[in-house]
Formats: sequence, C-alpha cells, structure tokens
Amino acid sequence: MKKDIFKIGNKIINSRLIVGTGKYKSFLETAKAVKASGADMVTVAVRRINIIDKKKPILSDYLNPKKIIFLPNTAGCYNSDEALRTLRLAREMGGWKIVKLEVLGNKKTLYPNMIETIKSTKVLVREGFKVMVYCTDDPILAKKLEDNGAAAIMPLASPIGSGLGIQNKLNISLIIKQSKVPVIIDAGIGTASDATVAMEMGCDAVLVNSAIANSKKPILMAEAFKSAVISGRQSFLAGRMKKNLLASPSSPKKGLI
Amino acid sequence: MAKIQLNGKKITIKSNFSIFDLIERYKLINKKIAVEYNGEIIPKTYYKKKILKNNDKIEIVHFIGGG
Repeated sequence: MKKDIFKIGNKIINSRLIVGTGKYKSFLETAKAVKASGADMVTVAVRRINIIDKKKPILSDYLNPKKIIFLPNTAGCYNSDEALRTLRLAREMGGWKIVKLEVLGNKKTLYPNMIETIKSTKVLVREGFKVMVYCTDDPILAKKLEDNGAAAIMPLASPIGSGLGIQNKLNISLIIKQSKVPVIIDAGIGTASDATVAMEMGCDAVLVNSAIANSKKPILMAEAFKSAVISGRQSFLAGRMKKNLLASPSSPKKGLI
Repeated sequence: MAKIQLNGKKITIKSNFSIFDLIERYKLINKKIAVEYNGEIIPKTYYKKKILKNNDKIEIVHFIGGG
C-alpha cells in the first residue's frame, strides 16, 4: 500500500491531529496535553510581551519550536490589515512561512469574514506564505480560496469553542470532494468521536483546542483524540461497507443443525 | 534621555539606546520575539543599529497559547 502522507505545501506533517494551545490551566498542562495528543503541529497566537513582569514564563519555555511546528494564527483579527500585520510579525519571529489565517466577522459567533479572508489570502500568497485558511463551510468560497493559492482549506464544523460537532456534513463533503489541497476541520469539534467522523468523511486532518483543554482531564482527552483521528483515518482508507436496508446474517446457513 | 512608547506604555530610556539595548533590558535576548518600530518590522540584524528617539512607538510580540 502507498504510504499515507499528509503534507502542507512541501512540509510533511506526521500527525493528522493539529492542536491549539489556548485555554489550558498552565503551560505545563499545555505541554503535557500536546505530548499526549501526538501532534507535531500546534497553533499559537501572537501577542504583546508582558513588560511589567519580566520573569513570567512564556509558551516557548514549555514547547520547543524546534521540535514542534508552531502554526501562528491571527485569532482576534477582524480585518485584513490586522491579520497581515500579525502574520508578518510571526514570520519575522519564527522564520517559517506556514501560517493560519483567521479573519473574524462577528464577536459572538466568531464566524469568519470571508471577504476580508479572501483579500488577505491573496496578499499573503503573493508574499510567499503558505496559508492555511479558517473559513465558512461554503463550497464556492472554499473553491475561491483554493483558486487564490490557499495551502489548506479549514472550514468550521460549528462555531469556535462551541463543541457542537459537524453541523453541515453535506457542505463539508462537497468541500472535501472538490479540493486538491488538504481540508482540515477547524473549530467546533466537541469530543473524540466528532474527530473520527470528520476523518471518516475524508478530511485530511482536524484542528482541536477547546474539546481537549476544556475537558475534565485534558491529558486523557488529548490521548483519546490521538486514537480517534488515527481510527477515523484508517476507517476512511479501509472504506466502509455498503449500507443495506435489510439484515444479512454473519454466520453461514450451511451445516445448520 | 528619551521617552518612548513600548507595547502601549510610556517608558523612559537613556540616550543612544538601541532596540538591542531595549530587548536586553527586558531579558528577551535569544527569545522568539518580533519587533515593530513605528509600524515597521525590524529584522534582528538591525537591532543594534536602530537608535531610539523621543516618541518612538515600539511593539514587541511573542507567541502565546491560542487555538
């Protein structure tokens, strides 16, 4: 069998589970959860340093950017200019080009502003970034992003941090079917089985933060997600059986006493 | 002496103070940071060359946890 490789641009990513690093109780818990998840790519945000308390620990004291791929995001940006500024700073910081673009349109739903998102994608692609794009589950807009050079399409399953799972399976399936770049479910995954479902549908990867960080035992949940994503992928590759309306006995009739 | 704005806060620095001196003061040497000087990103190689003057606006950012 051909080796099952997951790539963003030319970069091979070993785990199909990408995890966020927000909402944990401590950096130690973050680091332990990341380790348990088996993820080799984590999302991070760009913020001002704390100039009051110089001794306060920082994320990179706990997660080594040389061992784990940091995927800088633009969380909290509501227009193209803010997002571009953030990612240019991130590039200067890290020197790498793979980034997660997320331009929000509404504070309550954190729904993406697709007009600003497409605009930003064009500029970033022109500047040489490999842009993974958080987007709505609209297949036409997803195609538009791909046509404009997005390195990965990242539709939401449901609103960020809602834990509501995949709300529109049909749209996600349509996006998977048409896309030549990886499709990664971003946002809304609530529990391990949601990740399995996404992977069984044929998603290339899933991005999970709140479902792990806000669970009662984040490290155990990280491990659960690791298995869930692997199971879902294997199940997708194996190809599920056909659904039948009526029963079909599993034990042969021949030799029945 | 010069008064500059660092991450939105007013601070006072000595004269002939460079970006490098500033990041040294905040113990950020060799940390993963990026510096924006009056809205422009400054590559690391220019930290020593860039001398700060009155009313300059500096932003120093780093990576924090996020989804």
